[in-house]
Amino acid sequence: MPTYLGMPAFPDAAKHAVADSQLRRNLTHATTAIRTKRAKAVAELDDWEQLRQAAKAIKDHTLANLATYLVRLEENVTRAGGHVHWARDAAEANAIVADLVRQAGADKAVKVKSMATQETGLNEALEAQGTTVVETDLAELIVQLGDDRPSHILVPAIHRNRAEIGELFRRTMADAPPGLTDDPPQLAAAARTHLRHEFLTATVGISGANFAVADTGSLVVVESEGNGRMCLTLPDTLISVVGIEKLLPSWRDLEVFLALLPRSSTAERMNPYTTIWSGVAPGDGPQDFHLVLLDNGRTDTLADRTGRQALRCIRCSACLNVCPVYERAGGHAYGSPYPGPIGAILSPQLRGVDSPIDASLPFASSLCGACYDVCPVAINIPEVLVEQRARVVESHKHYPERIVFGAAGYVLRSPRRLAAAQRVASLGRLVAGRSGSIRRLPPPLSAWTDTRDAPAPPPESFRAWWARTRGADR
Amino acid sequence: MRIGLFVTCLTDTLFPGTGKAVVTLLERLGHRVEFPMAQSCCGQMHFNTGYRAEAAPMVRGFAAAFDGYEAVVTPSASCAAMVREYHPVLAEGDPVLARDVAALTPRVHDLATFLTGVLGVTDVGAYFPHRVTYHPTCHSLRMMHVGDAPLRLLRAVRGLDLVDLPDAETCCGFGGTFAVKNPDVSAAMCSDKVAAIRQSRAEVVCAGDNSCLMHIGGALSRMRTGVRAMHLAEILASGDAA
Repeated sequence: MPTYLGMPAFPDAAKHAVADSQLRRNLTHATTAIRTKRAKAVAELDDWEQLRQAAKAIKDHTLANLATYLVRLEENVTRAGGHVHWARDAAEANAIVADLVRQAGADKAVKVKSMATQETGLNEALEAQGTTVVETDLAELIVQLGDDRPSHILVPAIHRNRAEIGELFRRTMADAPPGLTDDPPQLAAAARTHLRHEFLTATVGISGANFAVADTGSLVVVESEGNGRMCLTLPDTLISVVGIEKLLPSWRDLEVFLALLPRSSTAERMNPYTTIWSGVAPGDGPQDFHLVLLDNGRTDTLADRTGRQALRCIRCSACLNVCPVYERAGGHAYGSPYPGPIGAILSPQLRGVDSPIDASLPFASSLCGACYDVCPVAINIPEVLVEQRARVVESHKHYPERIVFGAAGYVLRSPRRLAAAQRVASLGRLVAGRSGSIRRLPPPLSAWTDTRDAPAPPPESFRAWWARTRGADR
Repeated sequence: MRIGLFVTCLTDTLFPGTGKAVVTLLERLGHRVEFPMAQSCCGQMHFNTGYRAEAAPMVRGFAAAFDGYEAVVTPSASCAAMVREYHPVLAEGDPVLARDVAALTPRVHDLATFLTGVLGVTDVGAYFPHRVTYHPTCHSLRMMHVGDAPLRLLRAVRGLDLVDLPDAETCCGFGGTFAVKNPDVSAAMCSDKVAAIRQSRAEVVCAGDNSCLMHIGGALSRMRTGVRAMHLAEILASGDAA
C-alpha cells in the first residue's frame, strides 16, 4: 500500500477529487444512504442523548485515570494467559509484531480490519521482512488488491463502485471464477472462496480492538462480516495492536458503547458479529495471545486540555458520513488512515503540524458543526479544529498571511480605522461597473472571484449612514 | 427596551441595507435602537483562522461598546454565536474582562430569536409578494439553535410564498476563510446549494447571515440565475410602500 509520506496539503489533494465525477457520485450515493439510515436508527432510541452523555463521561473518566486502568488491563490479560507489550510509537509496535510473527515461524498473517495497524503502517513493515499480509475485511481486501489507500474508517473502499471492484477482482484475484460480473452476490462469493483458503492455512492472526475491558482483561471486536471472527479464532497465534485510549473500566461500561457504536456506524441496532476474548482458553482458539498497547502520540494528545476529547473517538465514522467537505473531497485528501472531521483533529495531534498535509488539516472544514451533532461521544470537533488552527499559526511564524491578518486585526479592532478603510473600500464600486458586482479580484482574493462574484462596496457604509442621519449616540 | 445594534463589520462595510432594515423593523415594532459608534468586529475571522492574539482586543472592544444595553441585537447568527461561545474563552485570564463578558453575552441575540423569543413577535407587519426559500445557516442552526423561528417569521409575512429548500441543513460552503483557503471544495459545496435553490423555484433565497449570503449570492450572480440572495431582515422590514 502507498504510504502517506510527502502528501500534498489538503486543498491541493482535494482539487483532484472535486473534479472526479465518478468519485463524487460514489461518495454522495454512499454517504447520503448511510446518514439517512443512521438518523432513523438513532431516532428509535428516546434516550440517545443520555447514552451519548454517559459514553462521554465514561471515556473522560477512563482517560483521566488511564494509568490505573492500563495497569489493571495488563494484570488481567497476563493472568488470563496473554502477553502484554508496550509500544511508544509506530516503529516500536511494528518491530514487536514483526518479531512475534518471526518467532511463530509464519510466512503469512491474516488480518482483521484494524485502524491502529493502518496508523502504524504494519503491513509495509511485515512485507519488508518477507511476511505475506492478507487483509480479510472485504473492503480492506479491495483496497489491498488495488494497491490503493482506504478512504473511509468503516467503509475503506467507499470510493469504489461495483463495476470498478468487478474489474479489480478479474485483474488481480488469481482464483476469481471465470466470467465474474459486477453483481454484488457474485463478487462476495468470489472474495469468500479466495479468503477461505487464507483462513484455513494461516497460523498467525493480527487484529486491533474496538474496546479493551480492564476489569477482566477482555478484548472486543465488533464487525459485520464474520471474517474477523475467522482470524480471531482459527490461527494458533493472535496478535492485537490496540491504542491505549480503547480502554473501558468494566463490562457495565461496555454496554453503553455496544448500543452507540452500531447505530452510529452501520445504522444497525446490533452488529452481526461481536467477538470477545480474555487471554487464552486451553484447547479453544489461539493458544498464544499477544496484546501490543500503542501510544504513538496519544499521551501527548491527552496533555492538551481541549484536544484530548479526540481520544474519546470510537471510530464509528458518523462524522465522515455527514461531513459536506468529506463528501466532496473524499478520504484520500486527508493523507491519513483517519479521514474526515475526526481525522482533521486527530492526525495533527498524533503526528504534529510540521508537514504540509498536517498543517492544512485543521483548516479542512467549514466549521458547519454537523460532525459534533452526530458524534456518539460528543466530541466538539469544531472547537478542537479552531484550537488546532491556532497551534498551526503559532508554529508557522513565516506564514505570509500573518501580515494580512495582522493588518486586518489592526483595522478591525478600531472603529476609527474601520471607518477609514470603509471609505477607501467604497471606491471599489467604481471598478464594479453597472452590474453592481465585481467579477475579478487579484490574488489571494481571486480564489473567491474564480467561482463567485464579489459584492461591490456601497457608496456609504452603515456607520457613515448612521452618523449622517442620526448622529452619534455615544 | 434599549436595544444596541451590533451591525457586524461585514454588514457595516458591504451590506448597509441590512443594518437599515433592522433599524426600520425594530422601530416599527416600537423600540428604540441605538448604534454605538465604538463597535467594530467580534473577532470571529481571526479567532476561527487561528489568530487568537489578534481577536482578543476585539473582545475587549465589544464589551466596552455594548456595556449597559438591555439587549444587543445582530443580523448575524454567526457573529452572535462567536460572542456567546468564544468571547468567554478569549476573556479567560483577565478577571475583570471575564466578568464583563459573562454579564454581557447572555443579552446578545441574533435577530430572528430576538423577535420570536425575547419580543414574542412572529407577525412583524411585513409585506413581500415573492416566492422565497430559507437557507438555515450552520451557526444559526447548530450554535444559536434558532430552530423554526425564521420560518415562523416568514410565514407571517403577507404575500410571501415560502417554499422548501431541499437538503436545507447542508452547509453552503462559505465557512469564513475556508472559502478562500479551500476554494475548490467550497465551490463544490456552493454549486450543490445553488442547485437546491434552483430546484425550489424560489426567486429569493434568504438567510440570517450576510456572510453565507455573500457566498451563495456571488455564485447565483456568477451563473446569471436571476435568483436574489437577501437577508431575512430586509424581507421582514419590507412594507406596502417598498
